Amino acid sequence: MLRHLLIEVERLDFIRCENLTHIYNQGMENEYKALDNVSLSIKEGEFVTILGTNGSGKSTLAKHFNALLQPASGKCFVGGRDTSDEKLLWDIRQQIGMVFQNPDNQIIAAIVEDDVAFGPENIGMKPSLIKEHVASALAAVDMEDYRSFAPHLLSGGQKQRIAIAGAIAMNPQCLVLDEPTAMLDPQGRLEVMSTVKQLNHDHSITIINITHFMDEAALADRVIVMDKGKVVKEGTPREIFSDAISMKRMGLDVPVVAEVAFRLKDRGENIPEGIMTTEELVNALCQ
Amino acid sequence: MLTEMTLGQFMPGASLLHRMDPRVKIILLFLYVVAIFLMDGHGSYALMTAVTLGLILMSGLSVIMILKSVRPIMWIILFTFIIHLFSTPGEEIAKILAFTMTWEGLDRGFLISLRLILLITASSLLMYTTSPLALTDALEDILKPLKKVGFPAHELAMMMTIALRFIPTLIEETDKIMKAQQCRGTDFSSGSLIRRAKMLVPILVPLFISAFRRADDLAIAMEARCYRGGTGRTRMKRLKVGKLDYYCIACFAVLLSGLAALTYLGI
Repeated sequence: MLRHLLIEVERLDFIRCENLTHIYNQGMENEYKALDNVSLSIKEGEFVTILGTNGSGKSTLAKHFNALLQPASGKCFVGGRDTSDEKLLWDIRQQIGMVFQNPDNQIIAAIVEDDVAFGPENIGMKPSLIKEHVASALAAVDMEDYRSFAPHLLSGGQKQRIAIAGAIAMNPQCLVLDEPTAMLDPQGRLEVMSTVKQLNHDHSITIINITHFMDEAALADRVIVMDKGKVVKEGTPREIFSDAISMKRMGLDVPVVAEVAFRLKDRGENIPEGIMTTEELVNALCQ
Repeated sequence: MLTEMTLGQFMPGASLLHRMDPRVKIILLFLYVVAIFLMDGHGSYALMTAVTLGLILMSGLSVIMILKSVRPIMWIILFTFIIHLFSTPGEEIAKILAFTMTWEGLDRGFLISLRLILLITASSLLMYTTSPLALTDALEDILKPLKKVGFPAHELAMMMTIALRFIPTLIEETDKIMKAQQCRGTDFSSGSLIRRAKMLVPILVPLFISAFRRADDLAIAMEARCYRGGTGRTRMKRLKVGKLDYYCIACFAVLLSGLAALTYLGI
């Protein structure tokens, strides 16, 4: 019975970190602790946003999910697999698709469809199967019409969607996006976020989005806030943004509406907790 | 200005030459070059010239454009021609100072120059009708047997692929850096050669730094996408030798035997 329950728990937690610590340049003068005893879990099919300022350790954490980095101490499990086990390395990387910040520096081939095929080719998929995967990955990000384009002719948002297609062509269960919109214009940011939202919704891919844009964080099921290598807060976007003071203390903003609500409340207006959309604020003010 | 540059010499098209398997093209070109070097006699030269012209017409590209590819080595051709003209012993045409021009020299010089022109046009025909990507794939495939003796065929092809992908990006970046420097008053277009060469330093340094940063990012992205070298890797687009290629190989075999016959008969 207990064993059964344990298996059940493992199925639900897709990623689990236990006291994960990462130290850059260990043993050297410029030793730097980027992750400090981080414990967290991410469930299958969840949409999680990790928030934090520069140097809070969020990108380091993301690299642990894909076994690009190894823990100095503690453990990180992906789908029940230990990331420090070298034999499981390629399994883990196939399970977790990664998208990085700079769209230019993660596209490998000079033609869109060749680039999307790069991952499947690496894991030794059959050519006929690769073609299917490439076609469906391009369809999922709505870029089918650009399959024979050269990447440098695309916009930033389009390039980033190609990078997403390249990641999901390997059929991963989870997509880790490391500040995917940081270098994009507002239009590109919208494109990428709606693609990500759709993948989570229609293809039930677990999403971990690392960002410092609060509007993106508001889309998530759950927000994890990191500061100085530690997880400092965890909760729904509503819970997180209602505490504007501690967010500001960490150098993070809250969405404009939440900020307005917070200040009004501070001035003694009667406004309920956890306002996140313009509509809610209007309703609260015009009761 | 810099961004308008095109890559290589590839001219897209749908001719027979465009549709041939790039590996077959490379190997046939290799044999063609060997044949050009081995052949002798006016008949053989006439045949090869006719075939090359035929191929150019078949490719649907303009003859003038192909002939232009000879221009970079025009001086070498001219030089060879003159050397042969004056250094071959035989019946005298004219005498300039201590040098004698001969009819035999004229003949030799003409044939050698023609040989060089044929070489260049045939190889540029390959470059014009094959995309750089197809060339890379073909080279990887052709060099694959050499892997056994430690030749890094896959790595070389991957490097070429990445280079092809990043050339436009780096050109764009160079343009940006130049503009940034010009905004701050750098003048790239005047001054002595040495001064202008020195002006390249503020362009090259940031360019190199950013290229290294890109390389680092790219390596991580490739690793994240399960890249682990050529072993166990499959390809989406496999090169296939089709009916068309067999026809071409057959035609080529006929051509070679024709050449052999002409050379044997001494025509």
